[in-house]
Amino acid sequence: MPEAEATTGAIAETGRTSRLATLLQVARARPRFALGYVIVLAAVLAGALAPLVAPYSPVEANPAEFLQPPSAQHWLGTDAVGMDIFSRVIYAPRIDLAIAVAGTLLSAVVGCLIGAWVGYHSRGGGLRGWLAYLVMRAADVMQAFPVFVFAIALVASLGQSVQTVVLAIAFVNIPIYLRLMRSQVMTIREMRYVEASLVAGLSDARTIARHVMPNAMGPALAQLSVNVGWSILLTAGLSFVGAGVRSPTPEWGSMIASGFQNVVTGEWWPSVFPGLALAVTVFGFSLIGSSVELFADPVKMRRLTRDLAARRRERAA
Amino acid sequence: MTPLLEVRQLTKRFPIAGSRSVVQAVNGISFTLAPGETLGLVGESGSGKTTVGRCILGLTDISDGSIAFNGADLSLTRRQKPASLRGQVQIVFQEPADALDPRMRIGAAVEEPLLALGTPRDERRARAAEAVGFVGLDHRVLRLYPAELSAGQQQRVGIARAMITRPKLLVLDEPTSALDPTARADIIELLVRLQKQFGTAYLFISHDLSTVRFISHRVAVMYLGMIVEQGDAAAVFAQPRHPYSVGLLSSVLLPNPHLRRASSISLSGEIPSPINLPSGCYLASRCPFAADACRARVPPAEELGGGHLVHCIRHEDVAQTERTADTFDRFQEEAERILSVGAPAPA
Repeated sequence: MPEAEATTGAIAETGRTSRLATLLQVARARPRFALGYVIVLAAVLAGALAPLVAPYSPVEANPAEFLQPPSAQHWLGTDAVGMDIFSRVIYAPRIDLAIAVAGTLLSAVVGCLIGAWVGYHSRGGGLRGWLAYLVMRAADVMQAFPVFVFAIALVASLGQSVQTVVLAIAFVNIPIYLRLMRSQVMTIREMRYVEASLVAGLSDARTIARHVMPNAMGPALAQLSVNVGWSILLTAGLSFVGAGVRSPTPEWGSMIASGFQNVVTGEWWPSVFPGLALAVTVFGFSLIGSSVELFADPVKMRRLTRDLAARRRERAA
Repeated sequence: MTPLLEVRQLTKRFPIAGSRSVVQAVNGISFTLAPGETLGLVGESGSGKTTVGRCILGLTDISDGSIAFNGADLSLTRRQKPASLRGQVQIVFQEPADALDPRMRIGAAVEEPLLALGTPRDERRARAAEAVGFVGLDHRVLRLYPAELSAGQQQRVGIARAMITRPKLLVLDEPTSALDPTARADIIELLVRLQKQFGTAYLFISHDLSTVRFISHRVAVMYLGMIVEQGDAAAVFAQPRHPYSVGLLSSVLLPNPHLRRASSISLSGEIPSPINLPSGCYLASRCPFAADACRARVPPAEELGGGHLVHCIRHEDVAQTERTADTFDRFQEEAERILSVGAPAPA
């Protein structure tokens, strides 16, 4: 017994490699992950620093200079009403990222809370089990609807505004988090430490908050980044069909929409540049998503660090 | 002495999804447990012993019967239970690693039962430090995570956590079967010491007969959801009167093969399915003593004196065939010797 006590202190000190060092190693071995973080950081910085960087106002039309091709004056050209495309492209993350992040976070919070409750009561009978069943069928109905039609219907019924788009994004994403959380919780609910907490007399809500939620959050967190990417796409898509943010607010989707008639007549820049910005940003978020997936998977992570160490030894030899 | 725990005709049936049949996990068992006493609940896997523990803890609702604890009704579901029962009945699980939240520091896990009692923070801290001291751990473990401890240390934490509310009843569900022999001996020694100190009653669920023999005052042998025999541990182990108990005891593996109990009674065949239980004695299909009367109805309990109850109409024949075996004293010695391996010498 005494020797067992002596070891516990030692165990605590060892076995912790520097997290930053591992992160840098992984970034060097998998440069595309680093690229993802660079892209997203660039998009965030562009939005944040837009007022300092943008050469023109993003919303002021200058009819004298409409549909100018890219030049030294207008780096990415101007659109049909004479607004500077570069200025608008770098202002756009303010709207696109904000809507996507707000919508995703809202759906994650609501989805996870409902999912945790549903998962906790799914196997139980009675009123709670029945209610959990009902929630799942409602989620089925929501998911069976085409995402886009659902979002447009919501915008149509609630009116066109940034808040409505956020709400639409939150709504269509809730079932994803609900299902993720439910399946996790159904596993964790059976864990002995959850039962021990209940036997000790803690309430259901307290047990969920203390034990179930923290242990079930992993997959939902990994989903977040990928989901922000999708949400940007959905935001732009809604604006493209005219159900999202209204012109002249700088937003990639509406810029693509307002420029696409001009593409036919040869003025490609009003659509292509915001389109590129959109594509690259979504790509960046999905790269981050796959890196999170790697970090969250201890087996893959161990394999990777082992390979890296092996490669280092080879090079040294 | 009034019993602390009184289980009457406890029955638990699990419905099978998608069919009208049920699994009869527990079939009308009755037993009592006095304060500070240890009852060993033994039986093979699937005999329903864990379900009995879960019913007592309120983790599973019961189908029929009653569970009285200090006059209060324990069969109420968790949500309806009076607050005064909180912390009175605690559990120690089989797998110590599973019983601790991997994301929670030991300190938070140990003091958790006090949260339900509304104990203020400072007192919780102090009592957590005291509790890990009682189980022989250094207070520094409070800052560690479960993965940083050995299985034996984790089980000590589990016991500290259960004992922090000074429960009157502790349900121990196979607390030692996941541990190596050294850690097992330490844990048993610890449980015996804690019981002396705090007068806690133990319901010790196990299939490890030598451990049960060592720690229990009384034993109850379960077979297919029924207690077929119960009584003083010494009496039951010395002269089992139910053919199933005889079979179970003769199956104990001892490190010394010469001590192996030679029995003329051997059970054949498979355990019947708990879904379609036979109408008479559940053992009839495997029992060499089985008569027509056995298959007609479930044998009633017969009192043999000293609280020794047996559900067998032919227990006298069993006793005649199976003469009192003095090997059991040696069995006991051997069990103590096995259990004392690695345990600290008595102070």
